[in-house]
Amino acid sequence: MRKRWQIRLLWLLVPISAIVLAIVVSSLVLLSIDASPVDAFRSMYEYGTQGNSLASTVNRAVPLFIAGLAVAIGFKMNLFNIGVEGQYRIATLMAAAAGAAVTLPAPFHIAFIMLVGMVTGAAWASIAAVLKVKRGVHEVVSTIMLNSIATGLGAYLLSNYLRKPAVGSELLIATPQIPHSGQLGPLTTIGGEDVRSFVLIAILLGVFVYVLIWRTRFGYDLRASGINPDAARVSGVDPNKMIMRTMLLSGAIAGLIGMSDLFGFFHAYTLDLPTGIGFDGIAVALVGLNHPIGIAIAALVFGWVDRAAQILDLEGIPKEVIIITKGVIIFSVVIAYEIVRRVVLSQEVKTAAEETRKLEQAEEETVAA
Amino acid sequence: MAERAPAVELKGITKTFPGVVANDDINLAVQPGEIHAVVGENGAGKSTLMKILYGMLRPDSGTILMDGSGVHFRSPKDAIAAGIGMVHQHFMLATNFTVLENVVLGSEPAHAGALDFGAARARIRELSESHGVPLDPDRLTEDLAVGERQRVEIVKVLYRGARILILDEPTAVLVPQEVVELFGQLRELRAQGVTIIFISHKLDEVLEIADSITVIRDGHTVRTVKPEEVTARQLAELMVGSELPTPETRESTVTEEVLLSVQGLGVRVGARWALEDATFDIHHGEIVGIAGVEGNGQRELVEALIGLRKPDTGSVILAGTDITQWPTRQRRENGLGYIPEDRQGRGLLLPSPLWENTMLGHQTLYPFARGPWINKKGARAQTEHLISEYGVMTPGPDTSALALSGGNQQKLIVGREMTAAPKVLIAAQPTRGIDVGAQAAVWELIREARALGLALLLTSADLEELIGLSDTLYVILRGRLVARLDPATVTPEELGSYMTGAKQAGVA
Amino acid sequence: MSWAGPDTGLTGPGAETGRRLDARRLLLLLGWIIILVSGVRWITSAPDLTSSGTYGAALRLAVPILLAALGGLYAERTGVTNIGLEGMMILGTWFGAWGGWQFGAWWGVVLGILGGTAGALVHAVATVSFGVNQIVSGVAINILAAGVARFLSVVAFTGAGGGATQSPQVSSDLPRITVPILAGGGLFGWDSPDVLGSLERKQWFLISDVSAMFRGLMVDLSILTVITLLLVPITYFFLWRTRLGLRMRSAGENPWAAESLGVRVYTMKYIGVLISGALSGLAGAFLVIETAGIYREGQTGGRGFIGLAAMIFGNWRPSGALAASGLFGYTDALNLRSADAVHALVLFVAIALVGLGAWYLYRRRLVGGIVALTLGVITFIWFVLTDSVPRQFIFITPYVATLIVLAVASQRLRMPTYDGITFRKGSQIS
Repeated sequence: MRKRWQIRLLWLLVPISAIVLAIVVSSLVLLSIDASPVDAFRSMYEYGTQGNSLASTVNRAVPLFIAGLAVAIGFKMNLFNIGVEGQYRIATLMAAAAGAAVTLPAPFHIAFIMLVGMVTGAAWASIAAVLKVKRGVHEVVSTIMLNSIATGLGAYLLSNYLRKPAVGSELLIATPQIPHSGQLGPLTTIGGEDVRSFVLIAILLGVFVYVLIWRTRFGYDLRASGINPDAARVSGVDPNKMIMRTMLLSGAIAGLIGMSDLFGFFHAYTLDLPTGIGFDGIAVALVGLNHPIGIAIAALVFGWVDRAAQILDLEGIPKEVIIITKGVIIFSVVIAYEIVRRVVLSQEVKTAAEETRKLEQAEEETVAA
Repeated sequence: MAERAPAVELKGITKTFPGVVANDDINLAVQPGEIHAVVGENGAGKSTLMKILYGMLRPDSGTILMDGSGVHFRSPKDAIAAGIGMVHQHFMLATNFTVLENVVLGSEPAHAGALDFGAARARIRELSESHGVPLDPDRLTEDLAVGERQRVEIVKVLYRGARILILDEPTAVLVPQEVVELFGQLRELRAQGVTIIFISHKLDEVLEIADSITVIRDGHTVRTVKPEEVTARQLAELMVGSELPTPETRESTVTEEVLLSVQGLGVRVGARWALEDATFDIHHGEIVGIAGVEGNGQRELVEALIGLRKPDTGSVILAGTDITQWPTRQRRENGLGYIPEDRQGRGLLLPSPLWENTMLGHQTLYPFARGPWINKKGARAQTEHLISEYGVMTPGPDTSALALSGGNQQKLIVGREMTAAPKVLIAAQPTRGIDVGAQAAVWELIREARALGLALLLTSADLEELIGLSDTLYVILRGRLVARLDPATVTPEELGSYMTGAKQAGVA
Repeated sequence: MSWAGPDTGLTGPGAETGRRLDARRLLLLLGWIIILVSGVRWITSAPDLTSSGTYGAALRLAVPILLAALGGLYAERTGVTNIGLEGMMILGTWFGAWGGWQFGAWWGVVLGILGGTAGALVHAVATVSFGVNQIVSGVAINILAAGVARFLSVVAFTGAGGGATQSPQVSSDLPRITVPILAGGGLFGWDSPDVLGSLERKQWFLISDVSAMFRGLMVDLSILTVITLLLVPITYFFLWRTRLGLRMRSAGENPWAAESLGVRVYTMKYIGVLISGALSGLAGAFLVIETAGIYREGQTGGRGFIGLAAMIFGNWRPSGALAASGLFGYTDALNLRSADAVHALVLFVAIALVGLGAWYLYRRRLVGGIVALTLGVITFIWFVLTDSVPRQFIFITPYVATLIVLAVASQRLRMPTYDGITFRKGSQIS
């Protein structure tokens, strides 16, 4: 008889198969351009394990991790917030502009900037939430539209109202610099590379999300709504309120994605801020199976691969090969997840049925005796 | 009749699903040109058997013979080609298609790939006229009434030249007049040589329409009988395999104190009043039964009481407090319990562990919650208590709900509602689709609840159950409470005639 | 996942079926719009509002949107949501450019189509065969396609006159067509007159405007444009008038019913998704070969998403997709050609809103009427007080328009019933 935990070990197949497949496919791609996969992986490993690379990995992982959390909260109740990207961009813009406009004592300044980001992100997400609750518009369509609207609106606000006055012939389009009280110094420095302090806030955020989803009544309602919305409603969950709250929460977290870069590096909203993090966040949430620990691992893996691949160009191998690697990871995870989920469910049912039958037999025997 | 080979013969059909044996050595012979009923309780294996016959499932073992020779169906397509047609219980129609599109789909008349609408239209008209099944091929399916949609299904099957027609619970969704019409059409079809397999658990209907009846119980064939040889009661006993347990309550525990009062409650669905001016009281220690053919407003009544639907008129008063505007959660927190009719769809989080299912509906209350936190320890302890107290057969509180049998799932639901110590318990079809043992257990629990002084509202399709358990019986017909009856004196036949509107009375 | 999903009676606000839009009402509406635009052109003397040049540009800009919209239509009619259109279009641009550069324009078209189809194959395998959530797969395709295009560019274009983000010049020598007589095209070597052109130049109210519109749709057309326009009636005929089309739609309307009748639902879905990828790929190839003459990273500029918007806006119908793509292309074209004309368009919107408000009030829909009237007045004030419209506002027009349509008219939209719902062979209806 298989024990339940033995069946659940099958879940390990998901990341393992994804990584194996990713290595195989990337090797094939590398071979197809006459590069040696072994050399490539070795130099990635050597470069990637240097101290400064590890620091950079953490810095790269932080926004991905937060984006993954924002997406996962929605996923947990079958709400697809494809709009994390737009929420992140508009929130970072507003937070940077607001942060540059005021001077406050340091902790309050930081908190103020984060608050503006969260409120803006939540407000932008609320459009999709209201459209869903009041008009039945599916959040996938509305958030896709809102992503593009955020791009246009952000560009308009930046170039017309929020832009730093041009100095001389400088053409940089950016918000004014945030004063020192609104910046965060490095947590530590490894191999000459700063590890940004915001990683601590990100960890706290991860703990907060875990506790919220798995330990609170709100989280129970949220998960129940994701598993069976009808049963959740019958149990007293108001689906509309739930959608509003979850979407606002997801948007608020999305509003924090840019903070690490803002506090620790750019100190202003510039066009150099990374794009596409909202979408990468979807990938990270999927690969991390919507659990904060999984998302953290996935974000670190993606961050590390990104960093380690920088060495490939020096080896004459286009580093873009790793985007394909990541794509393969995403697809193999979602496909393997589907397959394993089905197998695990049917195995669990079988095992439980066997155990139940034994229980019944035992009962009959006691009755007979 | 001469010795002709049966039109369809099933020999030794066995089919298992993970953890359950749905069909176990089933044998069935259907003579050509007869209406052959297959009866059994929900979950007895009728639907699985028919899906096998229709090629949707493949049996683990056993053979299918048609006109004496063996056939193998790999898909419905093969079954259709062999002349078998199926009218599913849940209509298999695309509502956004026209009648014509629904009928021809899969066997379309076409010239070089382009649909031949003229030929299709003509054929549908011809079929509907020759078989007395009126139908307009160009109407959009979503605009059709239920009875009309069933006609689309029948014409769909005839269009494919079926000689053998499987009807899966065809009367479940019909109002009585439509049932009469349907039976007329079936007799007409039989007269034209069509063989009909009629799946049902409604014995009076089966006795009226069938030429022979095969009874299935727990995945086995019990017996094949002729309708003139048996009474409804004997048939029912064949179905459940023992003397029927009688769901009788003992002495009355009804008190004078009203716990739940419903005043002029009305619910509109679209332009139609699904529930109109419902007024009744439930006292401490009273079971009020609502009898009615499915789809006559029971569902809307229950949903308005539990707060899933906003009533358009009237009020609901719980122990003196007007709760009409309260959301579901507040109602539940204040002592309204609910056993939903769709156990899996509305009552459970199937992939979640049992302790999370025990919480469902009470997640804001002790011992499941402590402030804003959930109390996993408390929930697990409560679940273990519930498992032993209510005889839920399961390895433990961490098993997923999916792994429980229907009866055990229902015991869990009833148990969790009871342990929350409600004032009022609404039980919608509490014994639908569960085995006889679990049924008796659920009845016992309902009786206990009554003895504890709860006010209970019971809706059911099982008339014996309603008569046996209720202290007061109302009949609901087209959204109105049309009769108030005394279960001590009323017979199932009488009740049935009230439900179909054949007999009328005032609400006393 | 579905945009609205079948109503289970419990989740989401109940959608009442409103009056369905029919072709006659749409034509009537179109007529009114043309008259109104002509009037605005006349008042504001912004000739570009209705010049044949604007319409021509609108058509060019609408083609990729329309192709993506039709692509989305094929996939969603078979019940598979495809937000990977953008990624498939990216693959179309890259392979179109590579093919065009290596073997000539026609090969660019063919390879662009194949590139998009390859992306669609991944989507189909994941969603249809493995039952992966369709949104998830679509998002992954978009990420993957961008990576693949970047990687392939580095491999193929670097050092060959291009680089990591762009290709060498791509030949665009596909045939072009100008309709003779009406629009001055050549006919067996004869320089035919340009009847509509001379009418347009008169600047007569309505007559010149309508002439310009038709002329714009007849001058210097790419053969790909003609093919795309033909795809609209072809798609209608194929999906609504053929055996295969009916079966494909049945996979989106009720796959369980289809399966019970022997329709091969998986195959139907595969066909729908693959066509969807082919059309997106063609859209990408069009951008490279007809619009830019070169591949550039980010060239698609979200047109896959606009196409998705156009499909929804057009109520999952080919004619609707055409109308929506035309509208989006038109605003784009105005933006490119003339700031004055864009500004004049604001007046059009103001008048249209006031008209709508008056209609609502006449129909005794007070709230809607007052809202529309107020918005109309505000828009009018905006028009009077400003001289130009920020170009970012034009960029977001299609998205805002789609959101408004979804918010206001979602009851009148009729998406395929089981769009976005994962279907498993032999499973129970869900």
